[in-house]
Amino acid sequence: MELRTLQQKRGAGALLNTLALLALASCSPVEGTIAGRDIDARRFVDQYHRPDAIPSPQDNPTSDAAVRLGKTLFFDPRLSAASSMSCANCHYPGFSWGDGNPRAIGDGMKELGRRSPTILNLAWATALFWDGRAETLEEQALGPIQAAGEMNLPLDQMVTRLRSIPGYQPLFLATYADQEITAERVAKAIAAFERTVVSGVAPFDRWVSGDENAISQEAKLGFEVFNTKANCASCHSGWRFTDDSFHDIGTVTSDRGRGALLEDLESIQFAFKTPTLRNADRRGPYMHNGSEATLEKVIELYDLGGRVKRASLSPEMKPLNLSPDEKRALLAFLHTLTSEDAPVEIPVLPR
Amino acid sequence: MLKMLFAAILLTPALLAGSTAAEHVVGQKNKVFAKAEITVKPGEKVTFRNDDDVTHNVFSTTEGFRFNLKTQAPGTESVQVFDHEGKAEIRCAFHPTMKMTVQVKK
Repeated sequence: MELRTLQQKRGAGALLNTLALLALASCSPVEGTIAGRDIDARRFVDQYHRPDAIPSPQDNPTSDAAVRLGKTLFFDPRLSAASSMSCANCHYPGFSWGDGNPRAIGDGMKELGRRSPTILNLAWATALFWDGRAETLEEQALGPIQAAGEMNLPLDQMVTRLRSIPGYQPLFLATYADQEITAERVAKAIAAFERTVVSGVAPFDRWVSGDENAISQEAKLGFEVFNTKANCASCHSGWRFTDDSFHDIGTVTSDRGRGALLEDLESIQFAFKTPTLRNADRRGPYMHNGSEATLEKVIELYDLGGRVKRASLSPEMKPLNLSPDEKRALLAFLHTLTSEDAPVEIPVLPR
Repeated sequence: MLKMLFAAILLTPALLAGSTAAEHVVGQKNKVFAKAEITVKPGEKVTFRNDDDVTHNVFSTTEGFRFNLKTQAPGTESVQVFDHEGKAEIRCAFHPTMKMTVQVKK
């Protein structure tokens, strides 16, 4: 279903692209001038085209039945010890699949150490969690369910509980060869659903596809700065605006992040996964711990080359000396990455 | 051009000496290793060369092969000797897309 949608959107994009190329052939490469400087942002678009289809692994191919089961599980609070919180508590569709809090709220309403990351576009992810401790969505999905501070439900109890809900059996039967409920099948179904959570077409995508009026001149300047002087694209690359890399970017934190997994590597201490920038203006506060309240503050952190200068600070972090115009342009560009998504339908839960 | 000259200087003594030790160079470009797997003999060196415009940090946590080449600026290279038989999984600390295997066989 989602795959078809993407292909249709891409088809329309290709037509717009062709029209744009025809238009470009008859004019100068300079797309305009702002604050006395020429903009030639389109030269960077090659790596930012949306993909045609959503990938899935061979051992868990996406099917409508798996997505339906996975979505039901994702929104079911009975996957937590107190039957009080589902995956969607922290990955809430109304907040672009985050929760809008500086740090996640776990079992017993206790605040955790890190912010809930969005689950947008994880079908393409090569590392999961802020510290990358899982490599696949299947591996990731069961982590928060059984983590004591999060949903706090041991997997054997989760399976027993799901087996006691007759309404789940037909959903498992429709997805797998039989109605057996196992932790592995729960993980696979949740992963299959999560792969369908893809950020919608944003004004930036329409501009990439050739619609020159889809974004402002200021945003085009911002995109140029993003790819040049500010060097954001060295990590926030590709259409997801992340390469899933880990860096210490000088946030104010005592959390060693990926460094706690790789204690011998000095360069990776205080490092966290590069987040996607899709729908970023709807997902503040920012960083792994919510320590930057706004996108303006985030830009300020990068302009400083990081707020905290430690031995592990990424060599890519250097003071940028951005002008006020360039900062405003970067912000204008970031706003163009937000899609206007339709409301998400919440499933009726089995009894 | 400079890189080619550098490589030529590195290679020449080995050729002149008629050494049988193979030169193993693994590039790092676009945040992937140029080779997914290489096979070397015990005692041979592998040069990891950063052809990217971002910093890398090649390392292995495979038991018996643990090493850390530390941060590698663009355009630089580092050498690691694999002195005994086995299979080492190689990663970049920053970029999870960078994965490769070094097979060490007599």
